[in-house]
Amino acid sequence: MHPVLKTVLERLGLGLATLFVVSIIIFSAIELLPGDFGQAVLGQSATEETIAAFRRELGLDQPAYQRYLHWVGNVVQGDFGTSFSGRNSGSSGAGTRSVVDLIAPRFWNTLFLASVTATIAVPISLLLGITTALYRNSTYDRTVNTATLTTISFPEFFVAYILILLFGSLWPIFPSLANVNESTPLGERLFRTVLPALTLTLVIVAHMMRMTRAAIINLLASPYIQMARLSGASRSEVILKHALPNAWAPIATVIAFNLAYLVVGVVVVEVVFVYPGIGQLMVDAVTARDIPVVQGCALIFAMTYILLNLIADIIGIITNPRLLHPK
Amino acid sequence: MTQEPDTYSALAEVGAPQERRSFWDKLVLDLKKSPWSARFGMLVILTYAMVGIFAPALAPHGEAEVFAEPYAPWSSKFIFGTDQIGRDIFSRMIFGARNTVGIAVATTLLAFFIGGSLGLAAAIDRGWLDQFLSRTVDVLMAIPSLIFALVLLSIFGSTVTNLIMIIAVLDSTRVFRLTRAVALNVVVMDYVEAARLRGEGLSWIMRCEILPNILPPLIAEFGLRFCFVFLSIAALSFLGVGIQPPTADWGSMVRDNASLIQFAQYDLKAGLTPLLPAAAIALLTVAVNFVVDWFLHKTSGLRDE
Repeated sequence: MHPVLKTVLERLGLGLATLFVVSIIIFSAIELLPGDFGQAVLGQSATEETIAAFRRELGLDQPAYQRYLHWVGNVVQGDFGTSFSGRNSGSSGAGTRSVVDLIAPRFWNTLFLASVTATIAVPISLLLGITTALYRNSTYDRTVNTATLTTISFPEFFVAYILILLFGSLWPIFPSLANVNESTPLGERLFRTVLPALTLTLVIVAHMMRMTRAAIINLLASPYIQMARLSGASRSEVILKHALPNAWAPIATVIAFNLAYLVVGVVVVEVVFVYPGIGQLMVDAVTARDIPVVQGCALIFAMTYILLNLIADIIGIITNPRLLHPK
Repeated sequence: MTQEPDTYSALAEVGAPQERRSFWDKLVLDLKKSPWSARFGMLVILTYAMVGIFAPALAPHGEAEVFAEPYAPWSSKFIFGTDQIGRDIFSRMIFGARNTVGIAVATTLLAFFIGGSLGLAAAIDRGWLDQFLSRTVDVLMAIPSLIFALVLLSIFGSTVTNLIMIIAVLDSTRVFRLTRAVALNVVVMDYVEAARLRGEGLSWIMRCEILPNILPPLIAEFGLRFCFVFLSIAALSFLGVGIQPPTADWGSMVRDNASLIQFAQYDLKAGLTPLLPAAAIALLTVAVNFVVDWFLHKTSGLRDE
């Protein structure tokens, strides 16, 4: 078998194994709940029978492995269970909603926000990374470096509120609340997501730009770059023609890692801008201790994170010329 | 042997007892050579520590003292005004230095204790313990830590103890990896072998043979890890699932007063109020980063290129 294919398959297997363990951990969430949980969810007025029925519905009377298999089977088919909220209002779960109904529309909103951010952030950070490597140790390089170091140290909500203060309040150009729904037309939707997307952009551009710069500068130390330089190639020629083609692998890895980081950053930003995404849903569910929703959101976040890291790994492997052309 | 005052004797120089600089002399020398960014960072950290320690003496009002004027403007009585239920924001900022920073420091210490000791043990043992711990850490690191913390907090509930335990365990994975990696280089040294042959126990080898030799990277990591812990606790508190009221905390203060930002057009000071605690968080993080940068530069000659 081709060594690249073998390594890629290995990584895929490892990713699946990780996902399996992660699903067990997330599943155990319900296992660790305190004993009087049924009472807490259903309210003080719940009778013994309703609590017993609730426990039976959660399957707490069956052994754990059976419940796990059942749960995973349902999740694979797209059924994440039923939300706890609204249980104590109606009789026998009339006011309840399935977790999928809650998550699905919000998941698309989050994906929309993440892709808008990625479309802005990736070109900007590549451009900044390449130019700072090109004009290394110049005033430009130092300014960009200091600026990015500072934004890295800021909490996301600080950046978000500064932007709201400037563009939402002092000069009201953009709406400071990003309340979109399914019927919002695309243009309006883009307009409303400007501030959240800008916040996320500022946060991840700093990371991506610094890593791109480091990757290129790392390459510049290699002998073949010195050879190109000695042969009289100009500075930009060296970087664009000689260094960059070999830097694509680390840069692609950097991008994938940062998109994975975006998955986490999105939670805080969604809460600040009241953006109806999956992160906000998860925080609400945690506050209400609505475990099935928390499990569903966590599983989706973890899957995205593992998937992006896996893609980063695989890109790193398949663009490595030493692996592609084995001796 | 007579010695002329102007002749040089190599023997005398070597023979003379070498004057050792004391710890404090070295510290003063290092501080004199430190760049402005590191000095600024140290000054900020020192100020925060002082404010945190002497919070009750410095704060004009009590931590949870409620006055009859909610959302009072900036004035001489309430320097930064009052919050949504009428607590003095300036006093709560001061108490926040004690609570927020104190909890972050405690969490980082705990994370280092767990991660550091397990990392050292794994590096020395290299057997099933190493395998077991390393694989566990791999899995824990596969889930974004904020998401993991949210899941755990939803199960155990948001109390300060739970918060410290959860964040410490999640962050100890990074400490474990670093400690194990740097300790692996030291474990193979002859003097460790000698100590082992001498019959020293595991804890002696960890404390007296390996730890002193891996300290510089761990101290730098402590600074960086503190920043991460501090930011994640602030984020969780901001989300409303971290430090709970009435404890004064910068993250939740931002959330509580966020609506004031809408009034920035009419009263800029009111609009700035929710940004103050956030700026306090940002300033400390920047300061710690500056000091760590200088420390790394000094101990290993590492540059960021």
